[in-house]
Amino acid sequence: MGRVVNILMVGVGGQGVILASEIVAEVMVRAGFDVKKSEVHGMAQRGGSVTSHVRFGEKVYSPIIKRGEVDILFSFEQLETMRYLDFLKAPSTILVNNQKILPPSVITGDQGYPQHIPELLASTYPQVVLVDALTIAREAGNSRVVNSAFIGALSCCFDIDEHIWEKVISTMVPSTLLELNVRAFTSGRERYFGVTS
Amino acid sequence: MKVLLSGNEAIARGAYEAGVKVATAYPGTPSTEILENIVRYREIYAEWSPNEKVALEVAMGAAIAGVRALAVMKHVGVNVAADPLFTASYTGVRGGLVIVTADDPEMHSSQNEQDNRNYAKFAKIPMLEPADSQEAKDLVKVAFELSERCDTPVLLRTTTRISHSKSLVELSEPTITQVQGGMEKQPEKFVMLPKHARIRHGLVEERMERLTTFADSFEKNRIEIRDTSFGIITSGACYQYAQESFPDYSFLKLAMVYPLPVEMIRTFAAQVKKVYVFEELDPFFEEQIQSLGIEVVGKAVFPRCGEFNPTTAEEGIRGRSERSEPQPLLSSLPPRPPVMCPGCPYRGIFYTLKKQKLFVTGDIGCYTLGALPPLEAMDTCICMGAGIGHAMGIDKALGNEALGKVVAVIGDSTFLHSGITGLMDMVYNKGACTVIILDNRTTAMTGRQDHPGTGYTLRGEATTRIDLGDLCTAVGVNYVIKVNPYDLAQLDAVVREEIRRPEPSVLIAEAPCVLHRRDKKQPGVPLVVSEDTCVGCRTCLQIGCPAIEWREREAKKGTSSITRELCTGCTVCAQVCKVAAITREGE
Repeated sequence: MGRVVNILMVGVGGQGVILASEIVAEVMVRAGFDVKKSEVHGMAQRGGSVTSHVRFGEKVYSPIIKRGEVDILFSFEQLETMRYLDFLKAPSTILVNNQKILPPSVITGDQGYPQHIPELLASTYPQVVLVDALTIAREAGNSRVVNSAFIGALSCCFDIDEHIWEKVISTMVPSTLLELNVRAFTSGRERYFGVTS
Repeated sequence: MKVLLSGNEAIARGAYEAGVKVATAYPGTPSTEILENIVRYREIYAEWSPNEKVALEVAMGAAIAGVRALAVMKHVGVNVAADPLFTASYTGVRGGLVIVTADDPEMHSSQNEQDNRNYAKFAKIPMLEPADSQEAKDLVKVAFELSERCDTPVLLRTTTRISHSKSLVELSEPTITQVQGGMEKQPEKFVMLPKHARIRHGLVEERMERLTTFADSFEKNRIEIRDTSFGIITSGACYQYAQESFPDYSFLKLAMVYPLPVEMIRTFAAQVKKVYVFEELDPFFEEQIQSLGIEVVGKAVFPRCGEFNPTTAEEGIRGRSERSEPQPLLSSLPPRPPVMCPGCPYRGIFYTLKKQKLFVTGDIGCYTLGALPPLEAMDTCICMGAGIGHAMGIDKALGNEALGKVVAVIGDSTFLHSGITGLMDMVYNKGACTVIILDNRTTAMTGRQDHPGTGYTLRGEATTRIDLGDLCTAVGVNYVIKVNPYDLAQLDAVVREEIRRPEPSVLIAEAPCVLHRRDKKQPGVPLVVSEDTCVGCRTCLQIGCPAIEWREREAKKGTSSITRELCTGCTVCAQVCKVAAITREGE
C-alpha cells in the first residue's frame, strides 16, 4: 500500500483515546507500515477534547493530518465527532461510539447538548457507522473494556490479520482484563465485519 | 529492532545509548516524559530538581566532574535556567552537557510560545533540532560529541509535535560506556571572575567560528535537490509538513539550527530559483539568511503565531485555496475546555475566593483552571512563583486600600520551585498579604510528579520531606495556618480573618490530588440530589463539578443531578446547597 491512510481519533480526556491510538499505531507497525502518530498531552487529561492523529503507509512525513485528508474519523463521543468534520476527505468513514459526555456549559444548563447527531451525520455522509461499544462491552462481561469493542469495529476497515490486533491488545491492556478485552474486541469485530470494510 | 517511540522516549533512549550518567529536570509539558523514561535506565542518576535553574546547575556540576549530563526543561523553564546557561557557555564543559528545551508553539499547555532558538544565538550555544523520533535519538549522541569536542554546552530543541509524536526508531545498545569522571582544579575555566571571563569570552567567539565551519560539513544538514523552481529551508516538524505538501521540490533541511551553515545556504540558494524559509514562530533563519545578502521569502507569507501544519506550507506558497469552506452541520457546538476533576481539593477554595470577591493573584498549575467559568476566581497568572510577588506589589502600590482584598494562590510544587523567594520578600519588606498554598502533594498538571515536598524521589525512593509549614515559619511568617479545603465554613472564616491581617500569613490547604497514586483516597460515599427538595437554584452548578449536571424536569423548572460514577463524595456541593437537597447516598 503506497498511499498513506489517515485516522483521526477524537474523544474526551479520560476516555482512553490515547491508549486506543497506541494500539492502532502498534498494529500498523507490526503489519509492516511506516507509522506516525501525534497527540497533545497536558491540559487534555482534565476532561477536555482529545485528538490523536494516526497515519500509516509506505512512507509518512507529517505526524499530523492535513485538513481535508482524514480517511477514518474514529470518534469516542457524539459531540466530539462534530468538531472535526472539516478534516474529512470524501469519501471517508465515520465511526461513532454511541456515547454522550456532557461538556461544562451543558452541565450548567447554559447550552444544550446537540440532538440527533447520528441521524444528522447519516443524512450527510455516505459511510457513518454508529457503534454501540458499551453494549458490546457489557455483553463481553465488563463495561470497562468498551474501547476494545470499539477498536474491534475499527479493525474491520483494514485487511489486517485479527491475530495481530489481538496480540497488540494483549500487550497493552492490564493483565487482569486481558481475556475480557480480547473477547470485546472479537465481538466488536464480528458485529461490524462487512459494515465498515 | 525498530520500535515506535515518541520524541521524548527517543531522547531518553539516546541519553542511555550515549552513556549519560546524570539527568535532571523540572517537569513541564511537553518535556516531562523524557525523565520519566530515563529513570527506567538504572545506570543513569535521574532527579526531579526543584526548578530548572537547579536542574541545569546540577547537570553542569556533573559535566564539571567529567561525566555526560543532561538537563531537561520546557521552553519557559529555560528562562528560569538562563542565568547559569549564559555563563556555562563561557566556561564550557569537561564531560558533555546537553540541555533539552521543549518548545510549545500553539501553547497547547503553556503561557507563551517563545521561540527558544533565540537562546542559542543569545547565549552563543550550538543548537540541534530533530525532525522525528529517530533523529531525536541520533542528535542526542551528536550533541554530546559536539559538546565535548568543542567545549560547549549544546541545546537540543524540540517542539510539542516532536516531543509527543511517535515514529519508528532503530534501537542500538550503548555505544559509549559511562565515564567515571573525577575532579580537576581549573579555576581559569570554571571560576568566572572578570579576568577569567574576559578570556573565556574570546574563546567563545572563536568556538562559534569553528561551529559555523562544522555546520557546513555536518551530514545531518542536508540538501535535497528535486524541482528547482523553488526550494524550502526548514527544520524540525516543519520539515515534515513541507515534505508532505511539496514532496517534489527542493529542500535544505537543517538539523543544526544554530549556528547556520553559511556556505550550504549559499549553495542551495544558487541552485533554486526562489527560496522559502518555512519556520514556526520567529523569523530566526530568515533574518540571518537575509543578513548574508540572500533573498528569501518567509514571514511575508507564513504566520508568526501558532503551530504550522501541511496546509500552512501550501497556503503560504500557493495562496489560500478558493474552495468554499463546507457549511458546518451545526452552528454552535458547546466547547469542551479542560476542567478540575470531580473531588478536586481546589474547587472549594476558588468557590470561597469568588464568594468573597477577592483579587486573586494566581500561578501555574491545575489550579489555573480556577480562572475559567463558572469559578472565574483568578486575576493574574504569568509564570511560576509570580502570584506571590504580584500580591506584594499590589499591597505596596495600594496600601490599606488593598488590605483584605487580595490573596495569592500557589501550588506546592510551584511554591518550592520559585514561590519561596517571593514569600521571603514579603516577610523581609513587611508586606501584608495572604498566600494560600494549595498542597495536593504532587506536581499535578504535568501528570503527578514528585517534588521536595512529597517525601519521594523520581525513582520512588522515600526521602526527607520538606514541610511547607515549617519552611514558611522558618522564613519568618508568624501566621501559618493549615486548613481543610473540603470544609467550606472553616475555609471561609479563616480566609476572611487572615486577609485583613496587617502582616504576611500563609494558609496551607492540605489534601492530596484525587488522581494521586500514592495517597490515593478511596472515593467516599457518593452524594445524591433529592429531587423533591431541590429548588433548582443552580448554586451547586457554580462550583463547576463535572459530576453535577442540570436536568430539565417536567413537574418544575429543573433540578441538579449527580452522576454516581463520577462523584467522590467530597461534599463541597452539599455544603453550598442552600436547601440541604444534597445528601450522602443511603442517608
